[in-house]
Amino acid sequence: MDDIIEITGVSKTYTSGFTALKGIDLTIRRGEIFALLGPNGAGKTTLIGIICGIVRASSGRVMVDGHDIVRDWRRARSLIGLVPQELTTDAFESVWNTVSFTRGLFGLPANPTHLESVLRALSLWDKRDSRIMTLSGGMKRRLLIAKALAHEPRVLFLDEPTAGVDVDLRHDMWQLISRLRAGGATVILTTHYIEEAEEMADRVGVINKGELVLVRDKADLMREFGSKRLSLRLRRPLARVPPALEGWRLELSGDGGELTYIYDARDVCEGVGDFLDRVRDAGIEFTDLGMTESSLEDIFVSLVRPSK
Amino acid sequence: MNLEAIRAIYKFEMARARRTVTQTIISPVISTSLYFVVFGAAIGSRIQSVGGVGYGSFIVPGLVMLSLLGQSIANASFGIYFPRFTGTIYEVLSAPVSSVEIVLGYAGAAATKSVILGVIILITARLFVPLELLHPLWMIAFLVLTAATFSLVGFIIGIWADGFEKLQIVPLLIVTPLTFLGGSFYSINMLPHPWRTVALFDPVVYLVSGFRWSFYGIADVNVGVSLGMTAVFLAASLAIVWWIFRTGYRLKT
Ligand SMILES: Nc1ncnc2c1ncn2[C@@H]1O[C@H](COP(=O)(O)OP(=O)(O)OP(=O)(O)O)[C@@H](O)[C@H]1O
Ligand SMILES: [Mg+2]
Repeated sequence: MDDIIEITGVSKTYTSGFTALKGIDLTIRRGEIFALLGPNGAGKTTLIGIICGIVRASSGRVMVDGHDIVRDWRRARSLIGLVPQELTTDAFESVWNTVSFTRGLFGLPANPTHLESVLRALSLWDKRDSRIMTLSGGMKRRLLIAKALAHEPRVLFLDEPTAGVDVDLRHDMWQLISRLRAGGATVILTTHYIEEAEEMADRVGVINKGELVLVRDKADLMREFGSKRLSLRLRRPLARVPPALEGWRLELSGDGGELTYIYDARDVCEGVGDFLDRVRDAGIEFTDLGMTESSLEDIFVSLVRPSK
Repeated sequence: MNLEAIRAIYKFEMARARRTVTQTIISPVISTSLYFVVFGAAIGSRIQSVGGVGYGSFIVPGLVMLSLLGQSIANASFGIYFPRFTGTIYEVLSAPVSSVEIVLGYAGAAATKSVILGVIILITARLFVPLELLHPLWMIAFLVLTAATFSLVGFIIGIWADGFEKLQIVPLLIVTPLTFLGGSFYSINMLPHPWRTVALFDPVVYLVSGFRWSFYGIADVNVGVSLGMTAVFLAASLAIVWWIFRTGYRLKT
């Protein structure tokens, strides 16, 4: 049984009376990268806060590697590293002191070698003696990650790790996360950049209005919801789809100049080749062709749209 | 017990004090010296001695208590309020650190700073007036107990406060009047009758009286009562802190 986090029936009603989470059930597998998606206010940060011990659940239970986060909180928390959504740092402390501080909070003896490797991995080594307030926003974000890694956590929560981080650094960060996973860590991240989830996640969970609307392997999800479109720009416009191509899922543009074949991502092997053969057999010439694929974003939007 | 965590918080807080050394050490020293000049010289020239002790020497324990209370509260309340304000408290809350450890770290550092401050003020005072120390161990006991108690009070204020004004308001509206009424600059026996009884409701009276007794052997109230009351305040503060953590009051949503 290789689940590292088990969330059972977790609900949260804030003192304001607002219910941010409604009976969440979710298991996170050891060693996976799990992306939690959802629109603003969906309850992502609340859920993370509960698992990390910052927010009290109104009901339900969370186990981290077999330790109940309420009864066995010390063991549970020592396994977890958290990068919060907000840029919350001290101002006057130095980079080095603040990562050392975090390590100390987790009850671990000083380990300069580990801290050095973390700071180097996040390109902060040169800044180790700088005061935090002299860092740029992206550096502060990386510092928060460094702090979360200072105690060598087995589970890492990243609440929008790449917000405000430039493209280069975002790719560095993805690499870092992959390396962490390779080292056996489990990573749970929230993001509004769907390409990020698409790029990195093994599984995706979508949360909307406090409810988990879907949890799926990313690959399955793309296959299930994803469709591909192959568009041919025709040399001579067609008035209608020729009989030879009947039975295929086709769309002809209004002016007859573009023929689009829509197919399931699953059929990728047989479908496309066959189709193009048929097109040539039917004597249809084309000047250009293009392909579009529905992204996780399209899937996501279709899931959380109010009509759904 | 997560000793590393206590040490980390304690060190962090002490580092903060070092960065703001002017605020935490120098300014109280200056203000104490000023009290000395004003009360010791101006009033002291009229009041020759209280209970056989020169007025200048008489007010020293009161002055120390005044700073000790003020600084313990200020240090501890700011120490915990600031991370709540900036949000960095998330780190402490999500770490494997118990409430006892959090309190030991924050209030412990605040109390240490005030004890250091108290000693500095004593040394400063010694430059102005002669001091006698009859019961050094009791002196240290009162110093440490008071610093600990009011650091806890400060911790409570720092958690209760939801703005910087509230952080100031308790020291300003409650602590300062209580310290001035509490016999820092006079013996409450010098007060006219009804006020003397009123003063006995002021907890600071017991602290100052006991503390002064450890220097000169003179006291407004029996030293046992002083010690008992100090212990009661400490216990009360501990109880409130315990309640805060049990309910998650203002720390966790
Ligand atoms: N302390 C609080 N008191 C009352 N309501 C709160 C509190 N914190 C969050 N909420 C509400 O709970 C809901 C979920 O908030 P949460 O921060 O978990 O959303 P999120 O999914 O992380 O959103 P975002 O993508 O914007 O970060 C929101 O409607 C928010 O207003
Ligand atoms: Mg959020």
